[in-house]
Amino acid sequence: MEIDKDFTYTESLIACPECDLIHSVPSIREGEQGRCVRCGALLFVRHKNSLDRSLAFALTGLMFFILANIFPLLTFEMEGQSESNRLIDGAIAFWNAGYWELGIVVFISSVVAPLAVLLVLITLLLPMQFGRSPFSPQFQIRLLTHLKPWAMSEIFILGIIVAFVKLQDFADVSVGLSLFAFVLMVAATVMAYLTLDEDALWSRLKEIRA
Amino acid sequence: MTAPVTAKSIGAISCHVCGLLVSSGLTTTHNARCPRCDARLHSRKVNSLSRTWALLIAAGILYVPANVYPVLTLISFGRSTTNTIMGGVIELAHSGQMVIAIIVFVASVFVPIFKIAALLFLVVSVQLRLKVQRRKRAVLYRFTEFIGRWSMIDIFMISILIGLVKLQALATVTAGPGAIAFAAVVIITMFAAMTFDPRLIWDDEGDDYDG
Repeated sequence: MEIDKDFTYTESLIACPECDLIHSVPSIREGEQGRCVRCGALLFVRHKNSLDRSLAFALTGLMFFILANIFPLLTFEMEGQSESNRLIDGAIAFWNAGYWELGIVVFISSVVAPLAVLLVLITLLLPMQFGRSPFSPQFQIRLLTHLKPWAMSEIFILGIIVAFVKLQDFADVSVGLSLFAFVLMVAATVMAYLTLDEDALWSRLKEIRA
Repeated sequence: MTAPVTAKSIGAISCHVCGLLVSSGLTTTHNARCPRCDARLHSRKVNSLSRTWALLIAAGILYVPANVYPVLTLISFGRSTTNTIMGGVIELAHSGQMVIAIIVFVASVFVPIFKIAALLFLVVSVQLRLKVQRRKRAVLYRFTEFIGRWSMIDIFMISILIGLVKLQALATVTAGPGAIAFAAVVIITMFAAMTFDPRLIWDDEGDDYDG
């Protein structure tokens, strides 16, 4: 492959993020994917109306997040006494029991990071929808990259299922309204990620700034 | 055949955050930043191997208390049962919840040990300049990075139980010290996967062509 090395930075070439092999940026159609020829890492994806869809999913996710925090997730009943919990109660319970480290970990991974991801997406994409530049797109995009691994809502759902099964053995447990909202929030967040095409994001930002 | 053309071989750096390819003309200065997203530019993750080693050793040490100490205690009608991570899985299996028992076993027992072993293998294979099966090792890394977070299931389960089951003498669940060590193992191995640079698997491939 002949490569023009005379650039300060370029958008016509890309190095695989996992093995560093240089690829020229192909013109792929919407809905198609491009993978690294050497290590198989996903390099390119194109989605139809990527930024619009991602914003729509992020806004949907935010609504469900709010609902997920208002009502109980699970209700537990035994001998006429009952107790229910909200999303944030797990973190509080650890904190109150003296396991403050775990309280912080659970608070960040089940409440703060999932909410922050949605808010960053919205504050990034909503102004762009109206042709304006977000307040600090570079910072917001970097923040999004660093937040991603710590938002663990989908894993929290499995935690709820395991807790539910364990409790069923000796008491009456019922599912609260917020559990449904929480599941829908996770689905919306995943869709917001999957539809977001970062190349489209950068080129749209360039257009707006020009 | 010619040697594979990498960003490094043409004197460029691929931004770790946004993927922009930047020439080293811009990156000769210390602490150079990406012109597009303003992240710090590094050709390879900084001190990747020694950082990953350090985190893996820490995770290996914490793996012991994570599995020996109880993670939760249930007190019901004056009877108390204490579970370790493995004990929780066995109890689920005994109560006939095989599917859930398998999910918890994979997430809490298999994944942490698999992750430590896989990253150890990757680090050692890079240090020994192993030339074979690069693509399989790349897939192994991708898989390891993907599954790591799922071990948090048990921590979330415990947080829900202690927040929900607090009916004093009737039924109360409390957390055990093993939970802190277990969460530490999960988080430290997540960092270990993040600090390992998969490009190192491929970096000496070009040497084969130069003879």
